[in-house]
Amino acid sequence: MSDYNVLNSRAKRVDGYDKVTGRATYIDDLRRPNQLYAALLQSPVAYGKIVKLDTSRAKQMKGVVEVVTAKEAGTVRFGVSPARYDETVFAVDHVRYVGEEIAAVAAVDMETALAAVQAIELEIEELTPVLDAETALSDSAPQLFEQYKENVTAEVAQEFGDVERARGEADYVFSDHLLSKMQDAAFLEPNGCLAEMNNDGQLTLWSSTQTPHYVQRTIAMVLGIPLHRVRVVKPQVGGGFGPKASASNLELAVSLLACKTGRPVKSIFTREQIFLRSRARHQFLHKMELGIKKDGTLVFLDHQAILDGGAYSSFGIATIYYAGSLLGGPYKLPHMRYHGVRVCTNKPACGAQRGHGGVIARALFESLLDQAAEELAIDPVVLRLKNVMSTGEKTCNELSMSSLGMRECLEAVRDQSSWQRKRTALSQKSGRGIGVACGFFVSGAGYPIYRSDTWHSTVTVQLSEVGGGAVVRCASAEIGQGSDTVLAMIVAEELGLDLQDVRVLSGDTEHSVDLGAYSSRQTMMMGHAAKMAAIDARNQVAVALAESFGGPPERFQFKNNTVVVTEGALDIAAMRKNFFAEHRGFTDHPPADAPLTFREASRLAFNTLGTIVGRGRYKPPKLGGKYKGAAVGTSPAYGCSAQIIEVGVDLGTGQVDLGQVTMSHDCGFAINRTQVEGQMQGNFLMGMGEALFEEVKFDHTGRTVNANLAEYKIPTALDVPALDPIIIESNEPNGPYGAKEVGEGGIMPTIPAILNAVQQATGIRFRELPLNPQRIKESLTRLKQDGKVTFESDAQCERIIALLSARRK
Amino acid sequence: MKYIVELEINGTHHEGAVEAKTTLVEFLRDQLGLTGTKIGCNEGECGACTVLLDGVPVASCCLLAVEAQGRSVTTIEGVADGVELHPIQQAFVEKGAVQCGFCTPGMVLSTKALLDENPHPNEAEIRMALSGNLCRCTGYQKIVEAVSTAAAQISPAKEGRDE
Repeated sequence: MSDYNVLNSRAKRVDGYDKVTGRATYIDDLRRPNQLYAALLQSPVAYGKIVKLDTSRAKQMKGVVEVVTAKEAGTVRFGVSPARYDETVFAVDHVRYVGEEIAAVAAVDMETALAAVQAIELEIEELTPVLDAETALSDSAPQLFEQYKENVTAEVAQEFGDVERARGEADYVFSDHLLSKMQDAAFLEPNGCLAEMNNDGQLTLWSSTQTPHYVQRTIAMVLGIPLHRVRVVKPQVGGGFGPKASASNLELAVSLLACKTGRPVKSIFTREQIFLRSRARHQFLHKMELGIKKDGTLVFLDHQAILDGGAYSSFGIATIYYAGSLLGGPYKLPHMRYHGVRVCTNKPACGAQRGHGGVIARALFESLLDQAAEELAIDPVVLRLKNVMSTGEKTCNELSMSSLGMRECLEAVRDQSSWQRKRTALSQKSGRGIGVACGFFVSGAGYPIYRSDTWHSTVTVQLSEVGGGAVVRCASAEIGQGSDTVLAMIVAEELGLDLQDVRVLSGDTEHSVDLGAYSSRQTMMMGHAAKMAAIDARNQVAVALAESFGGPPERFQFKNNTVVVTEGALDIAAMRKNFFAEHRGFTDHPPADAPLTFREASRLAFNTLGTIVGRGRYKPPKLGGKYKGAAVGTSPAYGCSAQIIEVGVDLGTGQVDLGQVTMSHDCGFAINRTQVEGQMQGNFLMGMGEALFEEVKFDHTGRTVNANLAEYKIPTALDVPALDPIIIESNEPNGPYGAKEVGEGGIMPTIPAILNAVQQATGIRFRELPLNPQRIKESLTRLKQDGKVTFESDAQCERIIALLSARRK
Repeated sequence: MKYIVELEINGTHHEGAVEAKTTLVEFLRDQLGLTGTKIGCNEGECGACTVLLDGVPVASCCLLAVEAQGRSVTTIEGVADGVELHPIQQAFVEKGAVQCGFCTPGMVLSTKALLDENPHPNEAEIRMALSGNLCRCTGYQKIVEAVSTAAAQISPAKEGRDE
């Protein structure tokens, strides 16, 4: 067992009580006096030129207070990466996807606002939309943005080692491609926000966001409000998974309406609007060549990728880099070349989603490992164990594995799943299979999204002035992942308090700077800052105690709600007498012979020094390589994981049922064991949905045809099998208490482990996702008829890869 | 034109004036301030708006307030006994069945309906009973565990017998 009182336990979530009783307040539960409701006019077509936009009729409607378009909002560009700011609040001249924001109305109620949106006269001259990556790259395609030549929004060419030379060292080269589909994050809580401008010119925006800090900056920048007069507050957020990690047109439009009307304005997305806005998982096409020696040693990876980015850049510049850089580990790979292209099309913009950029790349890489294992007649687990990296090693792209329990993860799932026995017992194409895969992921982006020396996380811990508890104030984003609980646990541990005596007030830009919940950074970065702040507060109390009782401050130790000294005893009689006198009439005095309580100590510190506020801060040290793009993928630490998944495939219908799932994750140190398991299990769900059935579909005009949770299916309790998580703790030197990520890395092995299991079950190596019954059944039929399987998408994939290869030359 | 509806909500008699098109969830949230009932899709797919209507789980976004006339409605606000959590709620907190919490009220009510009807469900019955409530965070594992724990807590005498 650990030496900690609070950490490494199964402490209950600090927001659990509110969430099970319905008291937790989310954005749609907030209401302000005199509030207006906003509705958006969104483009009905995928690509076109706005030839008429007349709001006069809407403005005259009863109950309508304000109507705004690009004319009022201006044309300041924003986005995620400053180098790729390409969005405006409302469309200017052109619309580029179905759902693009054109105007917004504020009215006395939603019904009136929606009616006014209908009354806006809009004429669009339709243009032929670009709806796939191949078309986007073709010579005949229209260029959607002036600044993106050939519709390429980002292009990456990297080489580590020397791939051409390494080809000579490889005995085998395995080559394959994998095509995925656009995914929706499908968080349960719709995006929404509420904005209010005070008389003193301060704008407050409550929003369902993962990143209050970035939203604050964007609102100020686009609407021209001094940064310090914009306050962003995050209520409880019902899931984010990536798409809520940047400022949205909705937040900007609602803020603008609040400024114009002087009244609070609120708007909540419908489920359809969530799909139309997207900013979720890109569609990826990867092509890889993996060079390997006879004995199974990996030699090189030659990798090409194309991402269909939709209409705007969003997180895409990071996505395209991650899609390459996250293959640097967790296997020793001396030579790696990557060429990635992200194109824009007339579909909703894609951005970050759990496992940002790396999920499909990982799937193909792990699929190739299994192809190699089969050819070399090496067990897939053995092949992986032969190549895994260990703590202290560096990848060829200079990612430092300051801790890496990859081997431990793999061995744990191998042993717990009875891999050996099951793998050999199952014959090929029997309809049953078992697959393995690994993965790794960053513990927080090493650099902020905007170029800056900013602290990534700051926090204050204020001790109760009347004595007893602590309040943590920060801007970090609890979005369900449990960061508030982690922070409370850390502060409770350092102050020797019970968890319920620490209150976390997070998600408010007026409390601190924190870059938010993305790239699996909250525990790593806020954890460091919270620890530092708690120790700072504790030290101030110790100084006050030393003043009263003598001796060095270091001799005071804080544990179990008391303060004890390392040597000797404290004569607290006089102090306690004062404390009792101060609390005449109270009935909760500490027993006269009890050791010095934290309550008394912190009160004494206040009486001596005034308010005790501990300050904490964190930013990663300078990390990573110097090459172009080194900032993406560079992190203070890397989590890693392995999964073994059993599948049953109905060879008649093509239906896949998941059997036993064994999963392990190296989180460095589990601050909260229950929450670590919860992240692992949640990761699995998102991965299995993407592997088996999730796909955002479009018609030939670019309209999303399944923008609802009936036709866009996410896994239900019936689809997900029992999930058995194993926590591996490798003690990360750069993490607080040894902790690192678990929020995203756990998704990495899921898709490839399913692909590999389905391969054993069917004899088919799928090159296109999702593995829905239709795709599997058709493939089985073709296998039977032709003796081999080709996929409908093969020809197009090969044409796109040829286009990529031509660009590389 | 407004209609007067009379119904029992969490054991208390309520009256309200609603339009014909007002859904039950709108009535609960907007008029009564019972915001524990969530709207995730407003089209009956996600289960976040689940309430019990005469003990049966329903999607309150797909039910008109006037259809609840004379009926008994249980929302998440009516599950705990004052500040004492219901054993289901207790189990959800203890087992880590809550993450973002947006599906939680609906999950708790679907669980309540299940355990009221079948005090000793097996895992398959639990998963079936929760299959109309989507959760994107937890992978359902800890929710299933919480339901089992709650069942054993509420009806300990027969614990494990039906497994």
